Amino acid sequence: MSDALVELLQHLVNGLSVGTIYALIALGYTMVYGVLKLINFAHGDVYMVGAYAGFYLADLLTPGGRAAGDGAAGAMLRALVVTAGAMAICGLLGYLIERLAYRPLRGQARITSLITAIGVSFLLEYGFQLQPWGFMPIPFPPGPSPRFFPELVRRADWSLGGVSISNYDVIGLAVALALMLGLQFVVFRTRFGTAMRAVSFDPQVAGLMGIPVNRIISWTFVLGSALAAAAAILNAVPRPQINPLFGLMPGLKAFVAAVLGGIGSVPGAMVGGLVLGLAEEFVAAYTLSSLKDAIAFTVLILVLLFRPEGLFGRVTVEKV
Amino acid sequence: MGRAVSLARSLLPFLVALPFLWALQRWSPPYPTLVLRYVGINIVLAVSLNVVNGFTGQFSLGHAGFMSVGAYATAKTMLALADVQLAFLPEPASDAVLFGFALLVGMAAASVAGLLVGLPSLRLRGDYLAIVTLGFGEIIRSVIQATPPAFLGASLGLSGLPLRTTLIWVGLGAVAVVVMARRLALSTQGRALFAIREDEVAAEAMGVDTTGYKVRAFVISAAFAGLAGGLIAHSVGAIEPTSFDFKRSMEAVVMVVLGGLGSITGSVVAATVLTVGLELLREFQDYRMVAYALMLVVLMLARPQGLFGTAELWDLWRRKRPAASAASAGPPGGAA
Repeated sequence: MSDALVELLQHLVNGLSVGTIYALIALGYTMVYGVLKLINFAHGDVYMVGAYAGFYLADLLTPGGRAAGDGAAGAMLRALVVTAGAMAICGLLGYLIERLAYRPLRGQARITSLITAIGVSFLLEYGFQLQPWGFMPIPFPPGPSPRFFPELVRRADWSLGGVSISNYDVIGLAVALALMLGLQFVVFRTRFGTAMRAVSFDPQVAGLMGIPVNRIISWTFVLGSALAAAAAILNAVPRPQINPLFGLMPGLKAFVAAVLGGIGSVPGAMVGGLVLGLAEEFVAAYTLSSLKDAIAFTVLILVLLFRPEGLFGRVTVEKV
Repeated sequence: MGRAVSLARSLLPFLVALPFLWALQRWSPPYPTLVLRYVGINIVLAVSLNVVNGFTGQFSLGHAGFMSVGAYATAKTMLALADVQLAFLPEPASDAVLFGFALLVGMAAASVAGLLVGLPSLRLRGDYLAIVTLGFGEIIRSVIQATPPAFLGASLGLSGLPLRTTLIWVGLGAVAVVVMARRLALSTQGRALFAIREDEVAAEAMGVDTTGYKVRAFVISAAFAGLAGGLIAHSVGAIEPTSFDFKRSMEAVVMVVLGGLGSITGSVVAATVLTVGLELLREFQDYRMVAYALMLVVLMLARPQGLFGTAELWDLWRRKRPAASAASAGPPGGAA
């Protein structure tokens, strides 16, 4: 293969690997927006908490960090336990955020919920930046300095005709795809998914039809937050530096991905995430790398200008 | 109301404030002066943000971004004019005129940035504005860091700025922003903004050009954020890209929300109380942002309209009289 082609394919691999992370986070935004019409500002921070939950869990399972000695199967098992644990913790966090901060304000002016969401987001970001409290069994809160996420699975790099692919890329892509397909199944093939879509369509009528609206909304938060935790682990293993503001940028970018795909649309969030990841990678590779962060917002502004309903969204008319 | 009367109403506060400010500047000891300067700058920030978040009901999280634009534009102008002296004026007067000019440049630059950010995002419902403005603050920072060091100093920022920000300048800025907000609230423009806040669809149905008014409010607000930025730059003497981060936007938001969305005096009181309070509580610096965040959440749960709601300080007394109590139930500004 020619060098230019190899380089192109390499960027494609990198872009997809970042894009799946955005897609997984974007799913949480889009589901919550779908049922509540609320931008859950704290979602990026739930993602951050997911990374820390994984960090602490891995530390508890193997004190000392690296998985030295134990075999590939043991490492895999540990990675699974850590991921599942982080997803459970974040699911609980998502449930609590909805129950304590958003539910009491449902039905009030939208700006009230928005301010609360921002408040929750800052509470997580700055709460995690505090120095550890003495009475906690683990060093929590972690404080502002970055931590290094343990290597859950040993890295292996393969070269396919010059394109280097690591097992992280493969695992990340596979897990993300599996989760997305699982979500697609839940949303379109189960009773819960039907109820969720009904609530998204019209919460009041859904309630009249006997759908437990509150429970559906709670579970939507749990699902979205668990996906964010999975994304956090998938991202933290290959790029191990985590800090309390670690969720800010991915959160914003995933929001852009959700808007790009059409906020409220599940397949839209996946496509939006992948497109954004690829766009960032290619712009950074072929123009200035310092423009990488600006790309997402340029995309957002362009989408808002030319196709505010996003790629897969429906045009909705706000009625009185 | 005739044009002359309205002009007098706009100018009178400045004439009243000037002697006070001059006296404060002349006799106040250094430390209180410093605190008062920050109080004044925060009043400019909070009241200008209130025009967008309170009057119009939109939600901007990027006030620090506009401060940054204003600060850099002002500082750059001042550095460019460092050796200039207006020949027909004595030196202090010339300095004052040049600084005033630089502040105006900062305001203009910030308002242009406001237009660029506001135009696409304000066409849609408010939620998008929050994200776009949040992103804008981050972009401004990375753009400044990416510029050649000779121009905006990249990561190191600009230093050696003349310390021209006196209590008089800050005080005039604060008076200007309050007069602007008050005049705006009483004008047709202001009524349109309140209508948008109360119900955007209904306002549009009544023939209010919602996007136009929102963008205008946003640009005005950005301009005053730029003024605050310019004042800070020449108060500290050095600016760097990180001096206008998220925390500053957040502080402004907390002041507006605490004081009451839509209440000018509420913003002034909240800005004063928070600034002085933080000075007194310096040793708990770490917990400050956590306290802000908690305050936002608890306030929204307990009293979503903020401490003052949309009422002004003087409304609180007026409301006690039984005759006025019926009027006070109406929408804000209904008492005028």
